[in-house]
Parts: sequence; structure tokens; C-alpha cells
Amino acid sequence: MNILPVLFLSFAKIGLFTFGGGYAMIALIEDTCVEKKKWITHDEMMNITVIAESTPGPIAINCATYVGFKQKGFAGALAATTGMILPSFCIIFAISVYLDRFLEITWIAHAFQGIKIAAGILILDAAVRMLKKMPKKVLPRVFMLCAFTAMLLINIFSVRISSIILMLTAGLVSLIIFMARKASSKGGDGK
Amino acid sequence: MILMELFIGFLKVGCFAFGGAYGAIPLIRDVVLSYGWLDDEMLTYMIAVSESTPGPIMVNLATYVGSSQAGIPGSLVATLAVVLPSFIIILLVTAMLKGLLKSPYVQAVLRGVKPCMTGIILATGVCMIARNGIVIPGSSLTWRPLILTLTLGTVYFGSGKIKKGGISPIMLICLSALAGIAVYGL
Repeated sequence: MNILPVLFLSFAKIGLFTFGGGYAMIALIEDTCVEKKKWITHDEMMNITVIAESTPGPIAINCATYVGFKQKGFAGALAATTGMILPSFCIIFAISVYLDRFLEITWIAHAFQGIKIAAGILILDAAVRMLKKMPKKVLPRVFMLCAFTAMLLINIFSVRISSIILMLTAGLVSLIIFMARKASSKGGDGK
Repeated sequence: MILMELFIGFLKVGCFAFGGAYGAIPLIRDVVLSYGWLDDEMLTYMIAVSESTPGPIMVNLATYVGSSQAGIPGSLVATLAVVLPSFIIILLVTAMLKGLLKSPYVQAVLRGVKPCMTGIILATGVCMIARNGIVIPGSSLTWRPLILTLTLGTVYFGSGKIKKGGISPIMLICLSALAGIAVYGL
């Protein structure tokens, strides 16, 4: 049997039935790809999760691309990734066409006043979770605090500085510290 | 041209969104607000809608913003752009550069980027709550968002203490919709 349609349909199913994105999807991807289809091993799954955390982009897409590529090269990656995206694409597109009209209905507008607050709480919760997972060392904390303060100031004073600049700076500073430490330890060995 | 702007805007999001969907939200806010595609209010609504519909949140947001700006072509371009970087990076990492992520230099960069991302997300969360729930100058209706924020925050974070895992994000969004109807309908 041709694997491409199977890849496409399996990931379309995952895309259609996982709410909340990201980590909620990993459980279902593991169930499908490791337990049922045996496309990848449990260790590989752990590996993908680590890779997904160190690379940008939606985690679900990272997983789909990896599994698809392992099964059938580039075509497989394409089939799995497209499958992952298609269901939510159709749903969101339909919503986008009607959302404005929905919001004109009074009680729906009221509901969204509540929902708006929930969105903020969820983002705060995600940040708290990330804080708990952060290595308990001085340097990451300093980076976190600097970024937090900078981002707050950017928001309060509506400055046009992209958070991308903050991330690039943090990456660069961290690299320089690493290289400086390496150089100084090498210098120490020489003596 | 709008399609080009959508493509470049969401390509940036796709390239820098470490840490999954919540990492993408500050970046999407940056891009969407700086191009003036949506206002803050509408974007916040959409974040909640993306949470409560299936699929990756980042992809959902890209599809919506694209569609609101330029219909079907817009939604296709924005979705493609947000997915493309991670697609290419995973292909590169698995096919050729197996050792790339283990390189001490790459690890050093990531050690700076990840905590920075955490700080950015934290600040975004704090600002959104402050803006939506607490500080609304010159409004006589300040008590409603404040009550909503306190109630929903207590329920969400409190439930995590009582039961492991607490209530799910979708559950919170459903509750918040009901609370909104109750508080504003009165």
C-alpha cells in the first residue's frame, strides 16, 4: 500500500482532533506514530521533542515533518505536514469569514469580553510553566529578567523594537560568554 | 503588496518562534500590530479562538490573519510562511546536519535565546492581563473586567492546586465566555 495517503490521513486526523496545539498534540502523535503505526520508536519520539524544543516553529509541524521524512523522504514530509495543517486551515478560514458578523451579536460580544481575559491568563500560565522548567542557574535568570524588563518597557512605551531583536541579542551575548569562558579555560590550561 | 508583506511577516514568526505557540504570540503581536493588520482587541479574540479550535495555534493565527487581510490567497501565503522555516529546518537537521543541534556553539546560542523567550512571554502575559483586565483609564465599566480577571484567574490557577493539571485551557475559555455573558449581561 502506498504510504503517502496513509501519512496524510493519519496526520490530518491528529490535526483535526487535537485542541490546544503544541504539547497536547505530542501525546496523540506518539499514540499514532509509535504505538499504532510503529513508524518511529519511543526513543526517536523523545528525540523529536527535544529537537522541536530547540528549533523554531509549531511543534506539531516539526513532528509531522520528521516522521514523514523518515517514512518516505521529502514527499513523505510534505504529505504529513500538509495533512497536519489542512483541517485547521479549513476551520479557521470558515471562522474568519463569519467572525465579524458573529461579534455583532450582543451576547457573543459579551462572551468574547470574558474570552479575552482567558487568553491573557493562558499566556501567563504558559510563561509560568516555562519558568519552572528553566535551569536554576544565574545566567538564564539574568537573561529572562532582562528580556522581561525590556519587553515590559517596549509594551508600556509602545516602542517599535521587535522581540526578534531581543532574542538575537540574547543569543549573541550567550555565545560571546561561552566563547570567552572557553578561551579563558584554554588560557588557564596553557599555563 | 499585501501578499508579500504577509509572507515576510509570518516567515519572521516561523523563524523565531521558539517554545511553541506561546512563543509565537509575542512575535505575531509585533508583526500584526506594526503592519496594522488587526487591532489588539481582535488579535486577543483570535488567540482564544485558535486555542479552542483544533490544530497548531500558530498555524491557526496565521490562517486567520492572512484571510482577514487578503482572503484565500492571503491565508494560504501566511500559513505557508509560518510553516516553511520549521519544515526546512527539520529536513536539514534530520537529513544532513545530525550533529548541528549538539554543537556547543549552537547550544550556547540556545541557552541565551530560550530564557529570553520565557521573559518575553511572561511580559506579554502580564501586559495583556493588565490591559484587558485592570487598567482601563476613563472607563466607567472598569469593575467588570477586573471581576472577570480575578474570578477566572482564581478558578484557573486554583484548580491546578486542587486537582493535578487543573482545568484545561478549552474549559477555561468556555467558562470565560459564560462569565462574560453573565457579567456584561447584567
